[in-house]
Amino acid sequence: MEVTPEVRSQMSEIIDRYPNSRSALMPLLHLAQSIDDEVTPEAMEVIADALGLTTAEVAAVATFYTMYKRKPVGRHHIGVCTNTLCALLGGDAVYDAVSERLGAGHDQTDVDGTFWLERIECQAACTHAPVMTVDWEFMDNQTPASAVDIIDRLARGEQVQSTRGPVIRDFQATEHTLAFPVDGLAGEGGEADDIMLAGLTYAREHGMSAPAAPGGDA
Amino acid sequence: MTPLTPVITEHWDVPDLFTLDGYRRKGGYRALPKALAMDPDAIIGMVKETGLRGRGGAGFPTGLKWSFVPQNDGKPHYLVVNADESEPGACKDVPIMIANPHALIEGVIIASYAIRASHAFIYIRGEVPQAIRRVATAVREAEQAGLIGDNISGSGFSLRVTVHSGAGAYICGEETALLNSLEGLRGQPRLKPPFPATHGLYSLPTVVNNVETITNVPWIINNGVDWFRQFGTEKSPGFKVFAVSGHVERPGIYEAPLGITMGELLEYAGGVRGGGPVKFWLPGGSSVPMLTADYLDTPLTYEAMVEAGSMLGTGTPMVFNNTISVVKSVTRWLEFYKHESCGKCTPCREGTYWITGLLEKFEAGHGTDPDMDLLNEVCGHIMGRSFCALGDAAATPFPAAVKYFRDEFQTATTVPVDVSFPPSAGYVFEGVAAR
Amino acid sequence: MTVAPQAPAGVELTDPNSVIVTVDGIAVRVPKGALVIRVAEMMGIEIPRFCDHPLLDPVAACRMCLVEIEGQPKPQPACAIPVTDGMVIRTQRTSEVAQVAQEGVMEFLLLNHPLDCPICDKGGECPLQNQAMSAGSGVSRFDLKKRTFPKPISISAQVLLDRERCVSCARCTRFADEIAGDPMIELLERGAKQQVGVGPDEPFDSYYSGNTIQICPVGALTSADYRFRARPFDLVSTPTTCEHCASGCSLRTDVRRGVITRRLAWDDPQVNEEWNCDKGRFAFRYTTEGRVDSPLVRDGGELRPASWPEALDRAARGLAEARGRVGVLTGGRLTREDAYAYAKFARVVLGTDDIDFRTRVASDEEADFLAAHVAGKPMGPTYADLDAAPVVLLVGLEPEDESPIVLLRLRKAARKSGTSVVSISPVRTRGIDKMNAQWWACRAGDEASVLRRIGQGEDTHLLEQLRSDGAVILVGERMAAVPGALSQVAALAADAGARLGWVPRRAGERGAADTGALAGLLPGGRPITNAQARAEVAQVWGVDPNSLPEGPGMTTQGMVNEVLADHGRAESDQARRFGALLVAGLQLADDPRADDLRKALDEIPFLVALSTHHNEVTAAADVVFPVAVVAEKAGSFTDWEGRTKAFSAAIHGAQTSTDGRVLAMVADTMGVSFGTGDVSALRSELDTLGSWPGARPEFAPRDAAEAADLTLATWRLLLDDAALQEGEPHLAATARPTEALMSATTAQEHGLGQARSVVISTDRGSVELPLRLAEVAAGTVWVPMHSEGSDVLSLGAAHGSRVRVSGGAV
Repeated sequence: MEVTPEVRSQMSEIIDRYPNSRSALMPLLHLAQSIDDEVTPEAMEVIADALGLTTAEVAAVATFYTMYKRKPVGRHHIGVCTNTLCALLGGDAVYDAVSERLGAGHDQTDVDGTFWLERIECQAACTHAPVMTVDWEFMDNQTPASAVDIIDRLARGEQVQSTRGPVIRDFQATEHTLAFPVDGLAGEGGEADDIMLAGLTYAREHGMSAPAAPGGDA
Repeated sequence: MTPLTPVITEHWDVPDLFTLDGYRRKGGYRALPKALAMDPDAIIGMVKETGLRGRGGAGFPTGLKWSFVPQNDGKPHYLVVNADESEPGACKDVPIMIANPHALIEGVIIASYAIRASHAFIYIRGEVPQAIRRVATAVREAEQAGLIGDNISGSGFSLRVTVHSGAGAYICGEETALLNSLEGLRGQPRLKPPFPATHGLYSLPTVVNNVETITNVPWIINNGVDWFRQFGTEKSPGFKVFAVSGHVERPGIYEAPLGITMGELLEYAGGVRGGGPVKFWLPGGSSVPMLTADYLDTPLTYEAMVEAGSMLGTGTPMVFNNTISVVKSVTRWLEFYKHESCGKCTPCREGTYWITGLLEKFEAGHGTDPDMDLLNEVCGHIMGRSFCALGDAAATPFPAAVKYFRDEFQTATTVPVDVSFPPSAGYVFEGVAAR
Repeated sequence: MTVAPQAPAGVELTDPNSVIVTVDGIAVRVPKGALVIRVAEMMGIEIPRFCDHPLLDPVAACRMCLVEIEGQPKPQPACAIPVTDGMVIRTQRTSEVAQVAQEGVMEFLLLNHPLDCPICDKGGECPLQNQAMSAGSGVSRFDLKKRTFPKPISISAQVLLDRERCVSCARCTRFADEIAGDPMIELLERGAKQQVGVGPDEPFDSYYSGNTIQICPVGALTSADYRFRARPFDLVSTPTTCEHCASGCSLRTDVRRGVITRRLAWDDPQVNEEWNCDKGRFAFRYTTEGRVDSPLVRDGGELRPASWPEALDRAARGLAEARGRVGVLTGGRLTREDAYAYAKFARVVLGTDDIDFRTRVASDEEADFLAAHVAGKPMGPTYADLDAAPVVLLVGLEPEDESPIVLLRLRKAARKSGTSVVSISPVRTRGIDKMNAQWWACRAGDEASVLRRIGQGEDTHLLEQLRSDGAVILVGERMAAVPGALSQVAALAADAGARLGWVPRRAGERGAADTGALAGLLPGGRPITNAQARAEVAQVWGVDPNSLPEGPGMTTQGMVNEVLADHGRAESDQARRFGALLVAGLQLADDPRADDLRKALDEIPFLVALSTHHNEVTAAADVVFPVAVVAEKAGSFTDWEGRTKAFSAAIHGAQTSTDGRVLAMVADTMGVSFGTGDVSALRSELDTLGSWPGARPEFAPRDAAEAADLTLATWRLLLDDAALQEGEPHLAATARPTEALMSATTAQEHGLGQARSVVISTDRGSVELPLRLAEVAAGTVWVPMHSEGSDVLSLGAAHGSRVRVSGGAV
């Protein structure tokens, strides 16, 4: 992890968010992954030094959370949810297709190290099953074919839009967002989709609404 | 039939609702000045009177939780929003944050004012950057509009709000694990007592509330206790953002009063996908015991679900049809709990390792009758003996499953589940185009 | 604890701080808030446990101690539940719920455990093994694949980790974090993969690392040194008191076939609790290497082995010839009884008061300070006083290096009792942070004036704190090097009413001062110039008071000066002021005057050495007597508190005698009645003598000297080049780096802004060390006093000395 003056000032900015500097550890590890595509031992030393911690204290945290990787992720992180609901609604088939396409298994990269594949746990998008993520951006309602198509397009450098989020950038860009979440992309991905609006749509169509408060302005 | 009652979701079809302008156009930030004109204790009293219960799964009365924070103790207080939604099946907080982050933030400001917190943290699981950037951007907009910061609207109340990205750990949904995580530690739960209300973040008085819980607050301030209590039941008042997933025709978000039944929600969602009956369903996440079609008419309330032998949990029902293997479902959930066990306590760390291994034998068709008894016994050695509720959750799926579907486990002593239940039968594509 | 005869119903509480609880049907009154597991312990009911440790904060992680508590729906961890009034507790002895819960947890713990007890160091003394026998089943029902890890990995040069055996109790990581303040080991990964480990490029080089091996309840942490060397049941264990420093730790020495195989911290709640430092634990190889194994006499310029009678005869004749003109140097490492033997031998047999235990930086001011404030004084301040103190002011003392258990207690006091610690020190050390101490940056040599300013109220808050009840000031060895510092310490303590403690480095120094191994002082702090004091001592010694030397005699410095002055001025050996020296175990190199000492040993006509090891002194001696190391003899040490802790021999049947026995034999040979010299005889004389309650000589304050522009700050690191650490490669590998420290500003001012190394010089020579910029007081360069390559003593320099610096070649 190269600590340029810019990185140094970003680190201070993150530390300043918290009453206690140690709280900055997790966002700093995200920042580290936005600089390298992993948390390197050197990054742990840099962060330990910045926060007055031992490297063991940093490693304890860096190894606890699954999003922190200790080998290079490559350009894109591909996650396929294989928790019960997604898996049984087709996620297993999506995973198998992507795995075959990449020639990589769980927590492995493809041969040239561009794509990292991971069986991910529930992504809080069960209504949109089967769910895939690219650099942690939602790729909802996948089929094996659509998932492989996404990989192909990414491999060709084509533009791929998240189903509920911005145009895909890369893993390191997302990690930068996790460290600095006001990334100017909040407007992308637009309004709620049909699934999020399922109940509202039904209610509208059937004239249902919540009772208003007497004199209230809800 | 219980009608749908969109409250939190009412304006989700407004394209720019996630912006300050969009939210304001739809009446947003009107509760805030009202609240800031109230005595903080009056707000706590009001939330207490509504009977609002935590929407994160445990259902603890929110107003009571707030009232546990010692007031005028001269110490900094903190509000921490638990946006670590990671429970399998739970998918309602992330949509709220994506669709209407300002409603959450308005609730955060009011709740902070009520408990005299000068700094609020929104801890969002790291795997949902879209929710994180929406909330963080909304916080920035609110700061720029003077809704967050020093001396908000001349009220003398000042507040900082920090959005914190998690990094992949289901356990951080447990409130003390979340606090450890927010302090830059491993997300392992803390001993209770002391409770966060007195020894929370940095050992200072802290309230930890779920996203949906806090998002209720602006409506409560705007519309009052009586309005709120007309929804739901005596013990489960209010409305709920239900997220219905699985084998239903129209999975999605359905907001309705507590007390609506699964059968009613199923009807709104277009019924079971492809016709057939419901094989089993879970009212609110993988940590609550599964139920069968026999319980479709049971009200979705905290109390009725317990009576039915399950729990309301996060109120995000998962529905499975006859194509699905219970053995495989339970195995996957246990693989999840094994993966997410923090490692702190023995029963959860070792128990999930063991159960998962035993279940995988059944999945492969190699289970034995003694293994079934052993599984029950091992679950019994975890239940009530682990450090936190994650262990209990891990010990939940198997006993519930074997209660209703013992024969399926019996079959799995000789036949692999993929033979009994061809996986593709449950897929939502193949012939049915993906959305 | 009081056992109540009946059930608690209706029992009136007499003590508001106690409650009545029932455990397994027995009602007892216990302190409010006590943990269930401790209450059961007090009653003799053992609840199995792994993560619980009485000195660590409860975590309730292992879940082994689950018990049934009436009214609770689930079994509760006894280690984390404080008792409340009327609580009804049922342990595994009376509750099936508790018993089943514990059996379940035990089964879980063994799931992934390799069960490699036959090749495990812990086998035979393993809580997991023992409790598996009591709470476990003989057969495993787990027929799946166990989690495996590569077998042991080093987490430091001396601690090995076998992750398969670990039960994740986190005792080790909690010890490192809570007790030692060295969180260089942590739990890594999560779930079933959770494991103890270190971070990148940072081994577990804590001075206290060995404790983790001892408190590991399984065989996960083992000692690189002890690994595979013994079975616990082959060891003969003897409690002892640590000889390495003045902390006063109780230890246990384990001997196998006459050889020490390991040492453990032993339980002394008043002193070391259950901890010790790695030096105390691992440095014992010196006991076997380089020993003097027979008497030696000089014959035609060469030393040769001799019979005891021959050596005794030579020594007796030489000493008798020089009677009244013999100097005695005892060193600071003798047991109290042996130091006393020298004190008595000097006065009774040699007729001299020229005796000093200090062959290190020392001053007459210090001797006067010891006479007035330390020697023979009652115990205190104590460790418990540190716990209770509102403030502890450290003056010239780095407890982590110089008295490591003092550091642990101050850390505990700061964390648990709110004690504030202030350290007047040239360097902001890691130890200062561990005690959460306020660093009072002080250029080496400026301590006296800083103390004066504090006394004058420069920091009103500190002065107020020092004036409050229970305040303590601790002063370290190196203040002997700073003129006026001990005077100011004494004055400040007296003015503020604070208690004053002197914390020497060596285990025997306090005992030597107490027993009279210092010129001017008879045993018990008695001034040799006081007639009553002389009479009391003479009575116990059975001699005429007038036969005792007049005194006060000479200290080391005076003796050396006179020996050197004799050269050239004395026309015959008989005309010399000093005709002989009697020297006990000491290291010349420990003294900044080592060169002069060496010359003096060459110069003196007759030199008798009593020594455990061959060294510079024995090489110069005319007669050498072998003596026992601590492990081979009984004795006692008096720690910095003034607490005397006796011990017996750990190695039985060693062919060595105590110094006291040898001195008695010499006295016999000289025809002087001395007694047997046995430890018990010496001890009973000391007991009879007791302490001097009478007046002490006035401590005449000395003036402070102006510190030079650039001064040397120095003390000895805990792990360094010391003789007692010889032959311990694993221990040495965990020593802190040998480097010089300066502030960036001071380095800049001396043209060392870019320097990677620094040459530190005096008129006597120079040393070159790597330079690290750190938080150091202005105008000071810090170096370790005696680490490899940093022998600043050889420059004749001490703490506060003027030095020059220049950029090094590296």
